[in-house]
Amino acid sequence: MNEDTVIEATGLTKNYGTAVAVDHISFTVGRGEIFGLLGPNGAGKTTTILMMLGLTDISGGEVRVLGFNPAREPLSVKRRVGYLPDTVGFYDNLTAADNLRYTARLIGFRLAEREKRIADAIERVGLAEFADKRVATFSRGMRQRLGLAEILMKGAQIAILDEPTSGLDPHATAELLGIIRNFKAEGVSVLLSSHLLERVQSVCDRVALFSGGKIALMGTVPELGRQVLGGGYVVDIEADGVGLAERLALIPGVSGVEKTGIGKLRLHADRDVRPEAANEVVAMQGRLKFLGVQEPSLEAIYTRYFEAKPGEMKEGTLHAA
Amino acid sequence: MQREGSAFQGLGVVMLKELSDHLTSVRMRVLEWLIVLVALAALYGAIQQIKDTTAEDPFLFLRLFTTSRDPLPSFVSFLSFLVPLMAIGLGFDSVNGEHSRRTLSRILAQPIYRDALLFGKFLAGLVTLSISLVTLWLLVIGLGLLLIGIPPGAEEIARSFVFLLVTIVYAGVWLALALLFSILFRSAATAALVTLGIWLLITFIWPVLAGAIAQIIVPPDPRYAALGLQTPGTAMLEQILARFSPSTLFAEVVVALLDPTTRALGPIYLSQLQGAVLGAPLPLASSVLIAWPQIVGMIATVMVLFVIGYVVFQRQEVRA
Repeated sequence: MNEDTVIEATGLTKNYGTAVAVDHISFTVGRGEIFGLLGPNGAGKTTTILMMLGLTDISGGEVRVLGFNPAREPLSVKRRVGYLPDTVGFYDNLTAADNLRYTARLIGFRLAEREKRIADAIERVGLAEFADKRVATFSRGMRQRLGLAEILMKGAQIAILDEPTSGLDPHATAELLGIIRNFKAEGVSVLLSSHLLERVQSVCDRVALFSGGKIALMGTVPELGRQVLGGGYVVDIEADGVGLAERLALIPGVSGVEKTGIGKLRLHADRDVRPEAANEVVAMQGRLKFLGVQEPSLEAIYTRYFEAKPGEMKEGTLHAA
Repeated sequence: MQREGSAFQGLGVVMLKELSDHLTSVRMRVLEWLIVLVALAALYGAIQQIKDTTAEDPFLFLRLFTTSRDPLPSFVSFLSFLVPLMAIGLGFDSVNGEHSRRTLSRILAQPIYRDALLFGKFLAGLVTLSISLVTLWLLVIGLGLLLIGIPPGAEEIARSFVFLLVTIVYAGVWLALALLFSILFRSAATAALVTLGIWLLITFIWPVLAGAIAQIIVPPDPRYAALGLQTPGTAMLEQILARFSPSTLFAEVVVALLDPTTRALGPIYLSQLQGAVLGAPLPLASSVLIAWPQIVGMIATVMVLFVIGYVVFQRQEVRA
């Protein structure tokens, strides 16, 4: 196992009777990486996570978390990995700090260290003023943040977050994603699952798209975009000037120009041609109103991929990593 | 395959947390007041009755537990109803409650095994019940001292203490049953209803059913019936069947412990009466010996119920 690899799954499989929930998946997560497990509900994301934590039996294959086998050494794994379950729950009758105290005692921290870690963690997720309030009064976003505080308090090397942003309003989502980025800044690896593709696109270094228990696609978002969306960049430009379309078409690398509106053009190119396009407009003394390159969106990748291959999913054919 | 580390890591933490939850919960306070008030009523009735009867009794103190005065049943019969109720009340939502609060997967993601969680919950319930029962026992003895004015003998204290221990075991049976159903059913309401249903069935319906079933399998002999006696075969079978109910076992142990003159539980043969001085009290050790199979039976029931729950819980999926 590579020193910079914290999670390594090989042929991981989970069967429920004859139904296959997770079907021979393989992936690795590196140190300090944010890795996204994306896919619709029921695609096998949560099952994969539970197998990594030793909370459900593994039917086949192997997974190593920080070099430990979760099936045989669950305590070593669970001591080093923080887990935020899908819609995390706390004991409503206890305060936020008391909930963390219970967890800290289960982990086995000594009293002085416990209090320091709890105060730190609660402070860092911005719940300091609510530390002594009962969790019953907490909103969903606050509960999710308290869940992240628990992982911080634990000093986990890997944070596994199951649907951390589901059911949150945009503001709470942004806050949560900010905390998740801080994990990365501290060298904590993050593995997060979500069915909301566009929300996690912004934080993930690499993603694995799940479908029917298999990993359909894996890699960075731009890589996947190039593979699935037929490669190439799409540059939108809004400017005036006679004969602009013809001149833009002459830029090396541009394969096509289409008119999308009055004074609006869309360039298809095999590289980012924004500087050249801007030059052309300025050279014609035209007025440049808008110039932008379309980032490939996960949503588009996902839709396109499964439209293109209905029913047929060849594992590994499109692995970019 | 040997598991890493101890299965009981975190047991103490879970137990203390559950115990503090129990002791501070409103549910527990309601149950405690119910038991204390009912026990006081029964005790008051018993003391009135004892004061009225002037007959000399070497075990006057034990009468506190068993004497009843219309319309109130005795302290012991109250206890045999209320202890299961209290145990079920403490246990029916212990595991499915973690599911519905969605805390289970978060807690199990900490470095502990499921064993610690389940065993911690059971122990916390048992300790809570023990605290309540010991308090109640002290209350009864204290009130007895105050109101009757005769200090209990060592033998009486010992007998009532063994009775206290047996009551805790009896509570454990119902706690283990409630815990089992809290594992089997995801809905706390279903678990509570099923557990209460089984309690009603076992305590109130089963003794009647046992008689009916015994009569079907071994029809009563008309010759015995003509003499107004029970047919021995039928009576034996009825007793065997009735003893499947922990309530029957508890009732039998109580009789043996609190009434020192009890010589046998069930039919007595003439051979057993040879040389016996009828009505003479037995020493405590002998009384315990008579009730020993019943006590062991109850302890075994606790273990079997807990183990079934344990196995199911280990194999259960944690996801909601």
